[in-house]
Amino acid sequence: MIKFLIKGLIRDKSRSRLPIIVVTIGVFLTVWMQAYITGFMGETIELNARFTHGHVKVMTRAYAEEMNQLPNDLALLEVSALREELSLLFPGMEWAERIQFGGLLDIPDESGQTRAQGPAVGMGLDLLSENTREVKRLEFERVLVRGSLPKEAGEVLISEAFSQKMLVEPGEEITFIGSSMNGSMIMHNFTVAGTLSFGVETLDRGTLIADIEDVRLALDMQDAAGEIIGFFGDGFYDDERAYDTIKAFNAGYKDDPDEYAPVMKTLSQQGSMATYVQMADIWAKYISLIFIIAMGLVLWNAGLLGGLRRYGEVGIRLAMGEEKGHIYRSMIYESIIIGIVGSVIGTALGLLLAWYMETHGINIEGMMDGASMMMPNAIRCRITPPAFYLGFIPGVLSTVIGTALSGIGIYKRQTAKLFKELEA
Amino acid sequence: MEIIEIKNLVKRFPMGKGEFTALRGVDLNFGKGEFAGLIGPSGSGKTTLLNIIGSLDVPTEGSVTVLGRAIGKLNQKEAAQLRKESLGFIFQSYNLLQVHTVYENVEFPLLLLKLNVTERKKMIMDALEWVGLTDKVQSKPPQLSGGECQRVAIARAMVKRPSLVLADEPTANLDAANSHNILKMMENLNQELNTTFLFATHDEKVINYLHRKIFLLDGKVDNEEIIRNH
Repeated sequence: MIKFLIKGLIRDKSRSRLPIIVVTIGVFLTVWMQAYITGFMGETIELNARFTHGHVKVMTRAYAEEMNQLPNDLALLEVSALREELSLLFPGMEWAERIQFGGLLDIPDESGQTRAQGPAVGMGLDLLSENTREVKRLEFERVLVRGSLPKEAGEVLISEAFSQKMLVEPGEEITFIGSSMNGSMIMHNFTVAGTLSFGVETLDRGTLIADIEDVRLALDMQDAAGEIIGFFGDGFYDDERAYDTIKAFNAGYKDDPDEYAPVMKTLSQQGSMATYVQMADIWAKYISLIFIIAMGLVLWNAGLLGGLRRYGEVGIRLAMGEEKGHIYRSMIYESIIIGIVGSVIGTALGLLLAWYMETHGINIEGMMDGASMMMPNAIRCRITPPAFYLGFIPGVLSTVIGTALSGIGIYKRQTAKLFKELEA
Repeated sequence: MEIIEIKNLVKRFPMGKGEFTALRGVDLNFGKGEFAGLIGPSGSGKTTLLNIIGSLDVPTEGSVTVLGRAIGKLNQKEAAQLRKESLGFIFQSYNLLQVHTVYENVEFPLLLLKLNVTERKKMIMDALEWVGLTDKVQSKPPQLSGGECQRVAIARAMVKRPSLVLADEPTANLDAANSHNILKMMENLNQELNTTFLFATHDEKVINYLHRKIFLLDGKVDNEEIIRNH
C-alpha cells in the first residue's frame, strides 16, 4: 500500500508539488533564520562582550550608575586582590581588567606644534604580559592593517580610519590629553605601533588601544581598573548562567553599604544590550513556533483543496470497502512523506545559504554609519547543530497537522450519497 | 440459493421539517448468478435500493440481508468489510484513479485484501483478460477511451471475484457500440463466473440485456419480468 501511495504522490504533481514547495520554503526560512540569529545576533552579542561588556562585568556601584560617562574617578581599587577573589569564586571563567577612557589625541608636527587633533576613545587592556588572552580575544593580529602589535611599553594601536583622518603613521608619536583618576589634567605620549580596522563602525571612528599598565601610568590608576570583565569558559554568552553568576557574586557584598563596593552586572544589564539579548532569545525560541503555525495553516488549506480535488478518489475507496480510518491514515502517511521530502530539501537549501553567509557574509558597512551599538559590518550566519533539526521537525509536524485537520472531512462523508456523488 | 433477501423495506429521508419516503415496503429476493436490473424513472427508488444492498446505507424499516448479513445491523467497519470482500461496484463515470495505471487501478481492491504480489498479479491479469485489456496494462485512464475506462472499472469490480456486482447506469456515458460490448462482457462474466449482477438503470440498451427486470415506481415494485431463469 505504501508503494501505491508513493506512486500516487510522485505522479500527481498537484498532490505533492504545492505541499512540498510550502514545506521547503518554510523549513528553508526556519533553518536560515536560526543560523542568521545565531550568527548575526550572536556575533553582535559576542562582539560587544569581547570589546566592552564581557559576559559579566565587575565595577564599583558608583561607576555602574554612570557607566556611560566612563567615570574612572569611581574605578575599582586593589584590583589584583579582587581578581584573585573572582578566580577563586568562578574558576571556569576568564577575567580581564579594562580601563576605558576618553580624551583628545594630539598629533605634533616636526617642530612639536599641533598638526592634527581629534577626540578619541581609549581602552587599556593587557597587551604585553606573557599570558595575556586579550590579543587573541580581540583578534588584533587579524585586524592589524599596518605596523605591528605593541611589543614594549608606550606603544599603542589606533584605528586605521582614525590614522588616515589624522594623517599619522606607525612609528610616529602621539599625545593623549585627558584627565587622571583624581581629576587632574594629564598629557601622555605614546608611539603608534600599528593601525587596526575592526570592521565595526563605532570602533573604527577613533579608537586608541594601549597596554593597561601604560594607561594606569598615564591616568594615575595604580592597581586600579574601571572594570573587570568576565567570560564564560566556552566563549558563548548565556543570559541565565550570567544571572546565576552575578547572583552568587553580589550576594557576598549585599550588606556592604560602600558605594565603591564591587557589583557585578550581566551583559544584558548593560546599555542597549538588554533588548538585544531579549530579542535574540525570543527570536530563537519562537521562530519555529511561528513557522509551524504559518506552514500548518497553509498546508491545512492545501489539504482542504486537495481533499476537494480528491473527493472522487476518496468516494471510490470508501465504496470499495476501505475504512475511513484507513484512508485517513494513508493521507497522514502521504503527509509524512511530503514533510520529510520538503524538510530535507528545505534544510539543505537553508544550510547552503547559511554556509554561504557564514563563509562570505553580506557587507552592510554602509548601513552602519553613525551606529552607537557595536555591530559587525557584515551579516554572517553561524551553523550550529540545531540548524540541522530545528526546521526539520516543524516541517514534518506542520504537514501532518495540516493534513490531520483537513482530513477530518473523511469522517463526515456519508456513504449513502456515494452513488449520487460518483455519478458526476 | 438467495444471496439477497429484502423484506418490507422502507427508506425515509429527512426533508426540511418532514420526511421523504424513497422506498415503501419493497419485498425482493435475488439468487446467485442472477443478471437483474432495477428499472424506473428518476426518483423511483432504484439507487436508494442499490445503496442499501451495497451496505452504503441502512433501511429505516424492514430488513435487507446480503450474503447472510443483515445490513441494518452492521456497523461501519462491518459494512466496509462486506463491501471489501464480497461486493463489486461499477459506476456511470468509471471513477478510476487517474494517476495510476490500468494494472494499479485493478490492483487496488486486492491491496485492501492484503493479498501477496504473486496472487495479485495472477488475479489482475485474469481480470484484464476477461475485459480484453492485457495490452493496456501500463496505460493510464486519460490515455483510454470511455469504453476502455469502463472495461477497467469492470475488471476492478470483478478482480476479487465478488459474489455480487452492483452497477449504477454503467453505460450512461457510452455510445451504443461500446454499451453493447460492455453489456455483453458483463453477461459473459455473469455466466462464466456465476457472479450476480444487479443494475440500476432506465437505459433501454441495458434493459434489453437483463434476464430479470424489476420495475420500480414511487418506491414500490410495480412490475417484474423474468426473461430467463439463471
